Amino acid sequence: MPQDMGALGKITKEVCYATDSSGKYVTELSSGWDIKSGALDVAWKDVEERVAKAKQKVLDGEASPLLFFMEYRLMDIEILAGYSGFWQWQVKRHLKPDVFKKLSDKRLQKYADAFNVKVEDLKTMTVHEA
Amino acid sequence: MKLDFEHRQSAHCESGVTSSLLRESSLNKITEPLAFGIGAGLFFCYIPLIKINNGPAIAFRTFPGLIFKRTCNALDIPVIRKKFNSKQQAESYLIERLKEGHPVGCQVGVYYLSYFPREYRFHFNAHNLIVFGKEDDNYLISDPVMDTPTMLTSYELERVRFAKGALAPKGQLYYPKSKAVITDEQIRKAIISGIKTNVNQMLRIPGNFAGVSGIRYTGKKIKNWRDKFGVEKAGSYLAQLVRMQEEIGTGGGGFRYIYGAFLQEAQAYTHNDQLPEISKIFTQAGDLWRTAAVHAAGIYKGRLGSQEDFNQMGDYLIEIAELEKNAFLALKNIKW
Repeated sequence: MPQDMGALGKITKEVCYATDSSGKYVTELSSGWDIKSGALDVAWKDVEERVAKAKQKVLDGEASPLLFFMEYRLMDIEILAGYSGFWQWQVKRHLKPDVFKKLSDKRLQKYADAFNVKVEDLKTMTVHEA
Repeated sequence: MKLDFEHRQSAHCESGVTSSLLRESSLNKITEPLAFGIGAGLFFCYIPLIKINNGPAIAFRTFPGLIFKRTCNALDIPVIRKKFNSKQQAESYLIERLKEGHPVGCQVGVYYLSYFPREYRFHFNAHNLIVFGKEDDNYLISDPVMDTPTMLTSYELERVRFAKGALAPKGQLYYPKSKAVITDEQIRKAIISGIKTNVNQMLRIPGNFAGVSGIRYTGKKIKNWRDKFGVEKAGSYLAQLVRMQEEIGTGGGGFRYIYGAFLQEAQAYTHNDQLPEISKIFTQAGDLWRTAAVHAAGIYKGRLGSQEDFNQMGDYLIEIAELEKNAFLALKNIKW
């Protein structure tokens, strides 16, 4: 039973099934396994790369800040449309910097709620979470 | 308002929720492995055309919701299951059930699940938890993967019940309607029907994406991943495979260990002496999945990466497919 400290190990131990010396299945608590925390690290490294790429695109004027927060929140257009209440074609339009700049505060608020951020932070790509 | 409800930690959320919701009716007999096995939870599926979190869509368990449904069906327990369009209705319906004394299972998304560590928060919408009370604005939550009960504010619960994206829960809740007592004979029959369903699911689904043939197919595909995607992306794909296989909720070894435990427990009800032997094959399969995971980690951590390493990875899966095929054939041939 591996006991390497993983991300979840800080919060709770997880139940795993394993056989004891007589071959009988029992449950045991594991705080993690470095093979799988390695897999999780890979997933987050991929996310970080996508976020960095999105940020650069916004800075270069190729996309609106929505793209940055979309990647930051691991969302795609479908998920963002779901949370914001906009149609997918509207989200696609709002990804263009020129269109985004003209959005009303009311519409921006919908996106801010979807991302759990403030409107001001949405415009400036500011993140307050660690 | 707080219902008399005992929180129990389990490996897999839906099996754990099923086991907990049936605890009273079954006098504690429907354990997590029994719920998983009766619900025919073991599966494998790889759909190359679909992507999840920018990686391959791979599942080691059956579709969300089926375990609860099948387990209750097999035990003749009527089930209430409801989805909602309105958030207000979803909450008032929940509160009414709590007032009636029903702990309620809810399907939720984990992305905005506040007590989950941030590292685990993906847009995965098929998580399950039980609501067993409300104090002020806080709902009392029994989340099977946590070691203690926890809480969510009404806003937080609403947000996860109405998570968006693939498999959006739409406020879905479910609970067993009656609390009739479950007999050992019912459990015995349910076990047999669960095993038969699982045999079909692993051996008889046509096409090469699901069941035992899905594992073999994935093994063959993996050998081409290096040429097709390059070492780095192929490594990310393998990491996703390992996450689906080992992450919280699986009990380890892609649910194969839970299934092994199920077959051992099943013997007490069916008195079939082949089950403990077949259980051992699932233990071997779980071990081999783990060996493959260690090899995969060598690739995504950059220690391995040659075509030979990818061939070896694919061969592990092909070997596992053979092992599981034999195990399910043995289950299929049992004369009950």
